[in-house]
Amino acid sequence: MTPDRWIVLVAGLLLVAFIVWFFWLKRAKGVRAAEASSGHQEAMILVKGGYTPDTIIVRHGKPVRLNFRREETASCSEKVVFADFKKSADLPTGETVPVEFVPEKPGEYEFACAMGMFRGKLIVE
Amino acid sequence: MNLVSDQEDKRDAAARAQTPVSEAGKARIDLTIGGMSGRHCAQAVEKALEAIAGVSAAPVNLASKVARITYDPARVEVPALLRAVRRAGYTPGAASLRLPIANMHCSSCVNHIEGGLKKVPGVISANASLGTGAVDIEYEPESVDFAAIRGAIAAAGHRIAEAKAGAPAPAGEEDVDPEDAARDREYRTLMRKWWFAAAVSIPVMALSYPKYIPVLRDWLPVGSEELRIVWALLGVLTLPVLLWSGSQFFSGMWDGLKHRSANMHTLIAIGISAAYLYSVVAVAYPDMFPSADLAEVFWDVTAVVTALVVLGLALEIKAKGRTSEAIKKLIGLQAKTARVIRDGKEVDLPVEEVVAGDIVIVRPGDKIPVDGELTQGASAVDESMITGESMPVEKKVGDEVIGSTLNKTGSFQFRATKVGKDTALASIIRMVKDAQGSKAPIQRVVDLVSSYFVPTVMILAVLASVAWYLVGPDPRIIYATVVLVTTLIIACPCALGLATPTSLTVGIGKGAENGILIRSGDALQTSQKLDSLILDKTGTITRGEPALTDVVVAKGQDEVDVLRLAASLERGSEHPLGEAIVAGAQKKDLRLTDAENFAAIPGHGVGGRIDGKDVLLGNAKLMRDRKISIDALTGDWERLATEGKTPMYVAIDGKAAGLVAVADTVKPDSKQAIDLLKKMGIEVVMLTGDNQRTADAIAREVGVDRVLAEVLPDDKAHEVQKLQLEGKTVGMVGDGINDAPALAQADVGFAIGTGTDVAIEASDVTLIKGSLIGVVTAIEISRATMRNVRQNLVGAFGYNTLGVPVAMGLLYPFFGILLSPLIAAAAMAFSSVTVVTNANRLRFFQPRRVAK
Repeated sequence: MTPDRWIVLVAGLLLVAFIVWFFWLKRAKGVRAAEASSGHQEAMILVKGGYTPDTIIVRHGKPVRLNFRREETASCSEKVVFADFKKSADLPTGETVPVEFVPEKPGEYEFACAMGMFRGKLIVE
Repeated sequence: MNLVSDQEDKRDAAARAQTPVSEAGKARIDLTIGGMSGRHCAQAVEKALEAIAGVSAAPVNLASKVARITYDPARVEVPALLRAVRRAGYTPGAASLRLPIANMHCSSCVNHIEGGLKKVPGVISANASLGTGAVDIEYEPESVDFAAIRGAIAAAGHRIAEAKAGAPAPAGEEDVDPEDAARDREYRTLMRKWWFAAAVSIPVMALSYPKYIPVLRDWLPVGSEELRIVWALLGVLTLPVLLWSGSQFFSGMWDGLKHRSANMHTLIAIGISAAYLYSVVAVAYPDMFPSADLAEVFWDVTAVVTALVVLGLALEIKAKGRTSEAIKKLIGLQAKTARVIRDGKEVDLPVEEVVAGDIVIVRPGDKIPVDGELTQGASAVDESMITGESMPVEKKVGDEVIGSTLNKTGSFQFRATKVGKDTALASIIRMVKDAQGSKAPIQRVVDLVSSYFVPTVMILAVLASVAWYLVGPDPRIIYATVVLVTTLIIACPCALGLATPTSLTVGIGKGAENGILIRSGDALQTSQKLDSLILDKTGTITRGEPALTDVVVAKGQDEVDVLRLAASLERGSEHPLGEAIVAGAQKKDLRLTDAENFAAIPGHGVGGRIDGKDVLLGNAKLMRDRKISIDALTGDWERLATEGKTPMYVAIDGKAAGLVAVADTVKPDSKQAIDLLKKMGIEVVMLTGDNQRTADAIAREVGVDRVLAEVLPDDKAHEVQKLQLEGKTVGMVGDGINDAPALAQADVGFAIGTGTDVAIEASDVTLIKGSLIGVVTAIEISRATMRNVRQNLVGAFGYNTLGVPVAMGLLYPFFGILLSPLIAAAAMAFSSVTVVTNANRLRFFQPRRVAK
């Protein structure tokens, strides 16, 4: 093999390793929902290219209110779905939309856009 | 919130717009509580309320979802009660209203308006926003005075801006217009980007390959300095295409990268910029390449791919807008104004200002504004928009009318019972929207795939490109670049992601158009694979109320006479069987007379004197006791009883005169529905608490083969479970009240509803029109939708699993086939459009028409 081939091969493999590390080996730091005076565990979630923060930690048995604010127009994210709680909400651009429910059982619950491209996690303790 | 001072006083309280009555330090308020799903929820609410000092009792009625709170107004205020309910995790049902305010520009105006409004009795909260130029008011619908709200806004120095529709739009989910507008803006921007990219693409395409075009070949030979200059100019021309027409790809990629996630934009952005950068290098440093042939440019790839993908996005937006047409139609049904009697005068009001208890006037041709109960007049009402029933329904005093239906013939007045968010239409819209947002189980598999999809494609593109560089034919670097770009571009995660939700949206909307509320994607997916369907007999297959079916007479007696006397006798009775006989006689236009000496003989029957004749009506024991020979009639009695009817002997002046039989009659289209279900390959089972004989008779009439009779109400769920243990997917059809546990146990519970009571909790599917044909239509819609979803998924998966390897060049060693990036872009752009268009095909679904 010529040297340029070696270079391309090594660069390619490094790139693959980078893609795997960057997209799949991320560990999300969870954000704990704050306890509001109303008794809700509240968290604000920004919707732009994903959910920020995308991992929310709450305690079970207490009502949760997640305020979604979508700041993009891509149609992918116009809905957020909590399949396990049978909840969904339309997210008009620029509006804050609360989603409320009571997680009864501890566990990890995913939430996502209607098409499943954006995903977030709710960790119930 | 239903702020009702006292049940008896409901109407007056609403009209007077007062806070709860207080007497001797006691006040009562009815709060509607949202979000309660079971007994434990009701207890939680009760506990939370009773824990407040000053609240003496707060029983919660789970069925009506109302907490009746008795409290001491001196110690507790209503907002504290609301807070307690909220803190327990439930929503007190206040209504909300958004009023646009003219000329609200400063934050001090906001404070003035909010402060003023909060002083208005009945207003719970007011939030003015400069951003929307409107104030959101949360209020108690039954105690708020709209004139006072207007006054408060005027006192703050502002006025309510004229809303476009003539009435302020209610805040919240009914509002789709902004969504539509955003979609429209997006579409127009994308179309402008497409026209620009397309216009640039044509010269770029022509001049990128002068060696293939006869005239240009001589003018701009390969490797010449002129060609390099032309190419450099093309690069400048392409740059705005990349940066403006393709801007959403870069911003989309960037937003994703911040979350360490990748999407369709990532793939396209990398693809078009790789092509662009290669071309820049080729033009700027042609000497880097071993031969002049290699120093080619791919400006055309950048321009054409951008143009096509942008066009694809635009078409997709257009097509997606159509998928929610059904819900838009429903929202469009809402009446805008109502004619209401206030202070003895008729006034036209925006429909939001109608409160429960108002008397509403409806003229022929008017839309009925809210739900209510008819108090005066009669008419025929077209309810097809809600129930799917095409025949107008006759309404008389005491009947329920549904908001947004169309009054046809007569004028009438009705008392509003449900307004705002509580109306049947509002519930339907909410339920349909929730269902459209839910996920079908099949979607979970797709979600898993999509989460790995884009990085996988990127890895494949890199590997393919490296492989082409290592072992591919010369010019290797060009092939490696082309393969990289093509693979990135052809992959279409959007087609995959769109496949299920778009079909689901159309399918559930289609159900709503036909009076069928499918509550979730789960229910939709399960309905299509039902093996068995259990039908409750009473109220589902049959009407649920007895009717006169037969009159048999002994020799020498007149049928009309026997029926007339029997009915006249029963006129005094309140027994449902008696009422059925009276109704049957009235249907035949018989003139009934009053009975003298009417006597009910418990457990036997009734007797009395009519037109000078002694008449007896009852069972065999009654006749034997009175020494009346019934031998001539026992044969007929047996026959009628075998048919599942309830025959009764009639004796006139001490002689057996005949039999009248009543029975719960079968709904006219039940048999047809059951035939259709059987044709669809579904086993139909009838479940009833009635005795075996009656059950068999009905089963024979409608053609059901399997009958489960004499089932106690509590055992119905158990019977469902037994069928499930046979390994079947079982659906249950019932009225949703008595059958709730069985409906919940079934894989799919169908509740047959009537009128405005659409929010039947236990059901997965609610049939608004009380006909079994609805079950057939629901299953047909489910099958059609899931077929559509499968087509979409097969298409999207198939497209990607074929397209990506071909783009990687797997076919090249065998057939010498390598895709051009331009074709890849076209394929990618139209794959997602195809998916959405296929889902839109469902809009043309027609339920099987009921044969006349």
